[in-house]
Amino acid sequence: MELQQKVLPLKSAVATPAPRGTQDYRGDHLLVAEMIKPGSKVLDVGCGDGDLLQLLESRGIDGRGIELSREGVNRCVGKGLAVVQGDADTDLINYPDDAFDYVILSQTLQATRQPRVVLENLLRIGRSAIVSFPNFGFWKMRVQLLVGGRMPRTENLPATWYDTPNIHFCTIKDFVQLCDEINVKMERAVALDLYGRPLRLNAPWWFWNMFGEQGVFLLSRASKSSQP
Amino acid sequence: MVNVELVKSPVVRPDERRQEVDHPTSLVAAFGMDQPLRLDCGVDLAPFQIAYQTYGTLNADKSNAILVCHALTGDQHVANINPITGKPGWWQTLVGPGKALDTERYFIISSNVLGGCMGSTGPASTNPATGKIWGLDFPVITIPDMVRAQAMLIDSLGIGQLFCVVGGSMGGMQTLQWTAAYPERVFSALAVACSTRHSAQNIAFHELGRQAVMADPDWRGGRYFEEGTHPHRGLGVARMAAHITYLSDAALHRKFGRRMQDRELPTFSFDADFQVESYLRYQGSSFVERFDANSYLYLTRAMDYFDIAADHDGKLSEAFRDTQTRFCLMSFTSDWLFPTAESRDVVHALNAGGVRVSFAEIETDKGHDAFLLDVPEFLDIAGAFLNSAASVRGLPVVGA
Repeated sequence: MELQQKVLPLKSAVATPAPRGTQDYRGDHLLVAEMIKPGSKVLDVGCGDGDLLQLLESRGIDGRGIELSREGVNRCVGKGLAVVQGDADTDLINYPDDAFDYVILSQTLQATRQPRVVLENLLRIGRSAIVSFPNFGFWKMRVQLLVGGRMPRTENLPATWYDTPNIHFCTIKDFVQLCDEINVKMERAVALDLYGRPLRLNAPWWFWNMFGEQGVFLLSRASKSSQP
Repeated sequence: MVNVELVKSPVVRPDERRQEVDHPTSLVAAFGMDQPLRLDCGVDLAPFQIAYQTYGTLNADKSNAILVCHALTGDQHVANINPITGKPGWWQTLVGPGKALDTERYFIISSNVLGGCMGSTGPASTNPATGKIWGLDFPVITIPDMVRAQAMLIDSLGIGQLFCVVGGSMGGMQTLQWTAAYPERVFSALAVACSTRHSAQNIAFHELGRQAVMADPDWRGGRYFEEGTHPHRGLGVARMAAHITYLSDAALHRKFGRRMQDRELPTFSFDADFQVESYLRYQGSSFVERFDANSYLYLTRAMDYFDIAADHDGKLSEAFRDTQTRFCLMSFTSDWLFPTAESRDVVHALNAGGVRVSFAEIETDKGHDAFLLDVPEFLDIAGAFLNSAASVRGLPVVGA
């Protein structure tokens, strides 16, 4: 698979909490924002507290959001963002085809009941989709399972197995395979390390799958004619 | 002795409160024979008048006007002492200096709805053609009729586009109707605890209320003014039934439980032994002092007929397709009159139409009435929504 990538000046993803200035956004958010053409119409599925939407709006992008938690929605609406309460698993069906230029699913895929259906819906509603997720193939995960014999817990995923909302973990390799299966074209892929910095570009997949803490993918519908 | 009088006779006589009907303590926009209002039922209503209040100052380019739409039994006295009840305005939680609808920044307009009984033309008004009270000769009106009348008021004030239309319950219906009928005239819309159509259950409750009014022998086929009677029992029972639907099981339990009213033991009668009974009777009694029975019939009917999608081949999303209005909808978890699911349907339709919409569900046990009460999260979100809309509209923003 051919991938087109570009190095970006990124801030740390998990910086110590500090009063946020305009430049103080999460690394994966800045990466996502960079992938989106100005003037686009964007739906952020699972938009949390609306940090990414605020970043997008500050760049002149028309952003809308869906968020499952009532607290998150109300904080977003309180910030003046166009966010509605909803569930990625059940509510995406209500959106018409081609309603958005981009649909973003940031750190949410692993928490959906039907990741494959959700992914298909993203690319039905949006002409492009941007999906980021924690990589379960990350070396720290592997070590914890291999050596400790217990379900992994990391700085970014501290929940125990019995109270985590993340019910469908996958590795970067798994995700690439799913994209192939459902006829999705990868426009761009980036793996970020534990600090939100992109891994080197010409690394092989196994390297990303081992050392990427999360993967960020820009996807589009594969043109039907090019597929067998 | 068994006391069967549920609702006491009004202290304010109907003929006394009729002063407010034709000559209200409000501003009045009068529309003559040359400006008829074409009603959905096919009748041209002329002349007619709309009573209204304003708060704050209209800015030079007339871009800071907000229209507040009232609910079924509300009126134009949003943020001033009510001339009939002597009580504070019904939405002073939301409207006032420094409030979400900040009277220091916005020009707030609120009008009594067409069909109401606080100065806008309705069944209690005098029919100028006959010199008699309209009564049931008044044509049946709809929510779109009310909104058309409001649009004529806004025209008469020289305002092209409203910065925001705001309303809860029936006021929210008017708000949504404004955006469907005049999308280019509404920059933003805040619709709370409402829907684009009245549900079967809500129509059923309204029918119960109307039947209670009409079953009262003092209703006299709607001609109680002429006959010198007043259907206070029927209207009181209608209000009692409706009031239950505005609350929630949890709120009633919290406020009253099974506590007794001024007594330790049951009286083994049909007196108001329980606090909740006494409360409901009070609600009924105080309502009949300020509201016209026929007006209640007409306004509940208007809500029943409301269905925006029906005017667009059953497709709600078509009613809002590509409107530029910024929407904010809110619902309350314990509201069983306009439950969250109904707001969610509206949100889905707006999303499908590509409209910019925010939707928040507020957790409270206060039921449908929560929009009238001090519910901080609701008030905060309303303020934040207006603030962000104001910044896009180029109006002064608080905390910028």
